[in-house]
Amino acid sequence: MNNELIVTSSPHVRARDSVQKIMWSVVIALLPAVFAAVYFFKARAISVILTAVAGAVLTEYIFQKIRNKKIAVKDGSAVVTGLLLALTLPPSIPLWTAFFGSVVAIGLGKQVFGGIGQNPFNPALVGRAFLTAAYPVLMTTWTVDGVSSATPLSQMKMDGIATDTWNLFVGQIGGSLGETSALALLLGFAYLLYKGYVNWRIPLAMVGTVFLGTFAFGVDPIFHLFAGGLMLGALFMATDMVSSPTTKLGRWIFGIGAGLLVVIIRLWGGYPEGVMYSILLMNTAVPLINRYTRPRSLGEVR
Amino acid sequence: MKALTFKQGIHPEYNKDLTKDKPLKNAKRPEEVIIPLKQHIGAPLKVLVSKGDQVDMGQKIADSDSFVCAPIHASVSGTVKEIRKVTDPGGNIVDAVVIEAAEEDFLNSGLEKHESLDQLDAAQIRKIIREAGIVGMGGAMFPTHVKVSVPDDKNVDYVILNGAECEPYLTVDHRVMVERPKSIVFGLKALMKAASAPKGIIGIEENKPEAIESMQDAVKDEENIEVQALETKYPQGGEKMLIEAILGREVPAGGLPLDVGVVVNNTSTAAAVADAIRDGKPLYERSISITGRGINSPQNLIYRIGTNIGDLVEEAGGLKEDAAKVITGGPMMGAAQKHLNIPGVKGTSGILVLVRDEVEDYEPSPCINCAKCVDACPMFLMPTQLVNYAKNDMVDELEEWQVLSCIECGSCSFVCPAKIPLVHHLRLGKAQVMAKKREEN
Repeated sequence: MNNELIVTSSPHVRARDSVQKIMWSVVIALLPAVFAAVYFFKARAISVILTAVAGAVLTEYIFQKIRNKKIAVKDGSAVVTGLLLALTLPPSIPLWTAFFGSVVAIGLGKQVFGGIGQNPFNPALVGRAFLTAAYPVLMTTWTVDGVSSATPLSQMKMDGIATDTWNLFVGQIGGSLGETSALALLLGFAYLLYKGYVNWRIPLAMVGTVFLGTFAFGVDPIFHLFAGGLMLGALFMATDMVSSPTTKLGRWIFGIGAGLLVVIIRLWGGYPEGVMYSILLMNTAVPLINRYTRPRSLGEVR
Repeated sequence: MKALTFKQGIHPEYNKDLTKDKPLKNAKRPEEVIIPLKQHIGAPLKVLVSKGDQVDMGQKIADSDSFVCAPIHASVSGTVKEIRKVTDPGGNIVDAVVIEAAEEDFLNSGLEKHESLDQLDAAQIRKIIREAGIVGMGGAMFPTHVKVSVPDDKNVDYVILNGAECEPYLTVDHRVMVERPKSIVFGLKALMKAASAPKGIIGIEENKPEAIESMQDAVKDEENIEVQALETKYPQGGEKMLIEAILGREVPAGGLPLDVGVVVNNTSTAAAVADAIRDGKPLYERSISITGRGINSPQNLIYRIGTNIGDLVEEAGGLKEDAAKVITGGPMMGAAQKHLNIPGVKGTSGILVLVRDEVEDYEPSPCINCAKCVDACPMFLMPTQLVNYAKNDMVDELEEWQVLSCIECGSCSFVCPAKIPLVHHLRLGKAQVMAKKREEN
């Protein structure tokens, strides 16, 4: 042994997880939803998804370049954001709009706060919120096989028409690219759960609250579980590590809060869907939630 | 028997197979020993010998009148060559007595031999433990006689022996439990008598079935002692985790196990107590695992305190070509060493050598709030939050969020996917709070 010994502080062994592994696992977990989108919306889905991902990665790269930071696009976090944004977009969205949404998601949703780990909001939802405000018509035009149709939620809200539950579950409905098939989303989530890269408290609390809330107010709870963006939002966006609480109790509170907001917006709000705003609103409360839900440390007397 | 455990914690790779079946054997007798004069937590000692003195093995060479201290003994018979400064495995520069070994060793400790505990009362046992210089051999080196000196207003009902050995790689306690179970039980009974504790429990992790079997066999006729299997999980051997797992009691923050009626000692410490009482043998040698993929022939040795760890490494076949990191202790809490020219002390339970491939370059990336550290912390702290406070000198927040409860087990750093050295920042945070407290006083 001729080389110098390495001296660092303990511990000297580490688990094999990395941020990169976590992010790419999320990408893998979203693949079933991507396949479902391609199945239902054909080539259109592929072009929207690729455009949004490209927009996100490019924006990330440019910001890191301008800020003289290490180029870290291969950590996969921008891919996740682009993918998530794409899955919330209607299939008929013009490609430039999707691209623009990604630029805003990464630029205003993430990089202006300092990049990965610093964003208070889920970046994909920031992008979507921007598009919803700027291009409301494009964001609410739903087309399946060239025929315009309303989403189950707006049919229910505007015309009181219910959709068949099985079609809702597998995704044989109108809606955003990745919101239609609950089955595909659940498959992906199960994978993340198996890898230990996602917490289950937030989605359980959020979905459970929507179920109980809608049931309590006399509307079909099963319909509300599988319609709209609840599954995508609860499983993949509310669980975004960066913008959700770090305590177990905090995760319950976050999930229940988001669920309540969904119920309120869906039943009494002006929009048919409320998942996006529910999560964004709860994101703002995260520092406060963390602060007030600090667990009692072992042996601590309060 | 149902294996008990504490909440949270981590599952590192244990790597105990390298040495777990290697019987303890005596290391080659060193030609020279360098014995640091501070091998305990507590007051500094006064040296009792000077250059040129002849000393015998087991002879006291440093002591103090303070209560919280442990005397030091010569580990060979020989001549005091010099007294000089050395760097100990903890990185502290301390005085040390250098003894050149004579041809032969004569045990001359002045300690009487006692066949049984019947003739001894609690105070006498504590005196022997003190005079024998026994400290916690798990690594903390807290004087054992202080641990079993129970204040009048406290009552101890359990002495727990820590045989968890939850640090990966190390197999020292394991070997002592397999090879010397009767001595451990004798030592435990002495500790129970010293602390006036009616019951004793030996806690062992499930990944050491031979040790569990061996200890169970040794206690089968003991009414007041039982062996408790523990789930294999790090840091199961942490004092507070052990007490929580076995008795369901919570040591209050800032308090001691004594506050919940418990005294915890290491199994190897108990064996040392037995050696002191029965054989009049002070703590001048101990067992150690020389292990890791960077060691040619990993093994368990019994070595004299003050032996150069480089010599121990040589005895285990030396370092491999790709050895990259040498750690005294285990991989979770041990200290990396710059070179091998340091003496082994009473708390040195292992020399672990990692190879290049195992020593990744950990470049920290920003925290993504994944909370894996929060979910791992056995003390239920929030490392991610504490690190932010520590980096920003937010001392009041550090204190309010209980940074002083951190036991520095390293679980947070272990799980962090962003490779942030969390426990390192927490240590700094603790230092900030302590500095503030000192200022206030």
